[in-house]
Amino acid sequence: MVKAHSAERTSKTAAAGSRQALMSVRGLGIRFKTAQGIWQATRKIDFDIAPGERVGIVGESGCGKTITGLSILRLLPNNLSGLDGSIMFDDVDLASCSTRTMRGIRGRRIAMIFQEPMSALDPVFTVGHQIAETLRVHTDVGKEEARAQTIDMLRRVGIASPERRIDEYPHQLSGGMRQRVMIAAALICGPQLLIADEPTTALDVTVQAQILDLLRNLSETSKTALMLITHDLGVVAETCTRMITMYAGEVIEDAAVDAALVRPLHPYTSGLLRSLPHLSPRLGRLPSIPGRVPSIAEMPDGCRFKARCPHATAGCEAEQELLDAGEGRKVRCWRFRELELPGALQHAATAPIAGRVVRQ
Amino acid sequence: MMPLAGDSRDPIVSVRDLEVGFQTMDRRATVKAVDGVSFDVRRGETFGIIGESGSGKTTIGRALVFLLKPTAGAILHNGVDPQTLPRKQFQSHRRDYQIIFQDPNAALNPRMTIISSVLEPLELAGAGTKAERLARAQEAMERVGLPQELGERYPHQLSGGQKQRVIIARALTLRPRLIVCDEVVAALDMSIRGDVLNLFAELQRDLGLTYVFITHDLSVVSHISDRIAVMYLGRFVELGPTESVSGRPLHPYTQALLSAEPLPLPSTMRSDRRIILQGEMPSPIDPPSGCRFRTRCQYAQSVCAEQTPAWRELEPDHWVACHFADRPNFSPS
Ligand SMILES: Nc1ncnc2c1ncn2[C@@H]1O[C@H](COP(=O)(O)OP(=O)(O)OP(=O)(O)O)[C@@H](O)[C@H]1O
Ligand SMILES: Nc1ncnc2c1ncn2[C@@H]1O[C@H](COP(=O)(O)OP(=O)(O)OP(=O)(O)O)[C@@H](O)[C@H]1O
Ligand code: SF4
Ligand code: SF4
Ligand SMILES: [Mg+2]
Ligand SMILES: [Mg+2]
Repeated sequence: MVKAHSAERTSKTAAAGSRQALMSVRGLGIRFKTAQGIWQATRKIDFDIAPGERVGIVGESGCGKTITGLSILRLLPNNLSGLDGSIMFDDVDLASCSTRTMRGIRGRRIAMIFQEPMSALDPVFTVGHQIAETLRVHTDVGKEEARAQTIDMLRRVGIASPERRIDEYPHQLSGGMRQRVMIAAALICGPQLLIADEPTTALDVTVQAQILDLLRNLSETSKTALMLITHDLGVVAETCTRMITMYAGEVIEDAAVDAALVRPLHPYTSGLLRSLPHLSPRLGRLPSIPGRVPSIAEMPDGCRFKARCPHATAGCEAEQELLDAGEGRKVRCWRFRELELPGALQHAATAPIAGRVVRQ
Repeated sequence: MMPLAGDSRDPIVSVRDLEVGFQTMDRRATVKAVDGVSFDVRRGETFGIIGESGSGKTTIGRALVFLLKPTAGAILHNGVDPQTLPRKQFQSHRRDYQIIFQDPNAALNPRMTIISSVLEPLELAGAGTKAERLARAQEAMERVGLPQELGERYPHQLSGGQKQRVIIARALTLRPRLIVCDEVVAALDMSIRGDVLNLFAELQRDLGLTYVFITHDLSVVSHISDRIAVMYLGRFVELGPTESVSGRPLHPYTQALLSAEPLPLPSTMRSDRRIILQGEMPSPIDPPSGCRFRTRCQYAQSVCAEQTPAWRELEPDHWVACHFADRPNFSPS
């Protein structure tokens, strides 16, 4: 089922490019004022999200996933010094539109949920109040109608006896239920895009599976596009159709999930897949990527992965652009055509998960 | 009393009917965080413990290194409960048992240099002369692959992986025999997790260490462990060799847990047979009667509410607590 989707998406993106996109991000760069001066946290971020598409944004801590998500809703912290590029969402440039226009979009056409539902929910208001409030700010439904719609939405996100739960306070709910409430609040206005930043990281695996299932189903039935930010490649594989990999503030690969897992084009994506314990022989040595992500202060010229890349060579110190690799794929590595990089497939056979892998 | 898993082999620690209770905040109730757990940790092995948040993993870990006292039951070393030893002897004995926690930032004093942090446990223990202590600290740093010049730096000048190595070096200075590793790679980035896991494996090989490896990351636990114990609401529900537990899980909770793990595989290689559990773990203040998993178990029968399932060895060295785990057609009804 997931596979059919990704194949379809791939051809769509390839054929239509940005014309069909719901959202089109171009040259996005985020700068912060810090005690050390101006920090360029991300730059040259390009990607599209098609209507109803589910896109995973992956990468290690600090690579810029969260601030990219926040920039779409202009929720960046106060010490923002500048935003470059454009974020076209149905003919509106979110990077430069008026505050008033943004207010009409935020929460209504684009919604966002976070890792820690407790910090996003107001402890002094009931669950129902917080969800109905969103609805009443953005639409002109009456009190009764808002309550009815809220109960319906709580039911859709899998909360049992919503008639009772609607009058409870956040602290009366478990972590998983709070995240469901957040999702209900985010989806109550029927947004076209839901940005979810690590929505399951704080949850247990069995609850995570419930929430991911819910997000996938809701996105499918309501045609809401999903931008899922996570550092877990498994979460992306289970939930999304496309995967955008970031490294040190840049997009370095953009491909259908299956394509990226089977045959990654960027040495960093390949290295990440190889380092996962799922895919290595038990008790054997785990391949790892030597070194660490350069900090903003020591960012090298040219390829930002150069110091850790086993394929680095003369030419890699040149500025790397996000190249079109065909079939809707993009990669920021000029050597991608000559490199034959291993993906998840090569390792799965000998790994501890082998017994759980379907053989063709 | 529970029969024991693998008592034939050389145990470094024997845990017998361990119970640990805590008062709730309002002091009105007791949480039995660990409620009747028995197992042996064998010398030189990695004993993995997995289970949901709040199931009692950390509590077991802390009891193993004497950071908290059992409410009932015993933790025996060579048949002796070390807490009954004279104070001085106990203090030196407990140094053989160390614990490393998840967050390297919380564990390091930001105002102390790295080398002072590594030296600290030795100084507290009053071991050897100053020069000997420094030599031992430097040896430990080298052991975990930290260059000596990092010793003069402060924690904020190190990467996450380096900080976790400092914590490991610190634990190694006392030359422990057993280390409880509690979520030690959870805070680390994906690309350096492998490095730290490799280091643990290498240290075990070279120093003959025993690990109790606590995590809720299934891929990590099945990579590093020789045996895996699965915890649910204060009790073990399954225990066995890693291959058997991850390949042929016997308990319905283990089956659900394994099937819930998101796998980084293309869709053609993933099976669709996911067991999505309903609900979440009940409160440990008022656990369900009989089998504690029954409120979420798709196979639950009335006997499951009435009787606590026995802890049985259904396959060699593979233990499980479920009334029906030995039924041949134990599959979705
Ligand atoms: N307010 C700020 N001022 C200065 N720098 C910031 C600010 N917020 C974020 N950054 C920096 O921007 C970069 C990207 O941060 P971001 O939070 O987007 O990372 P992330 O990819 O979401 O990481 P994680 O996986 O840890 O959540 C980091 O280097 C971070 O230190
Ligand atoms: N010092 C304490 N005082 C009161 N209750 C406690 C204390 N320590 C733990 N608990 C309770 O005991 C139970 C088990 O906690 P424990 O920390 O051992 O779980 P865990 O399996 O390690 O969970 P996690 O995966 O979240 O770390 C929980 O219900 C917890 O709230
Ligand atoms: S550009 Fe060079 S250094 Fe960068 S990823 Fe490609 S091969 Fe490696
Ligand atoms: S004892 Fe009953 S409720 Fe418990 S796991 Fe077995 S079948 Fe399920
Ligand atoms: Mg983030
Ligand atoms: Mg714990």
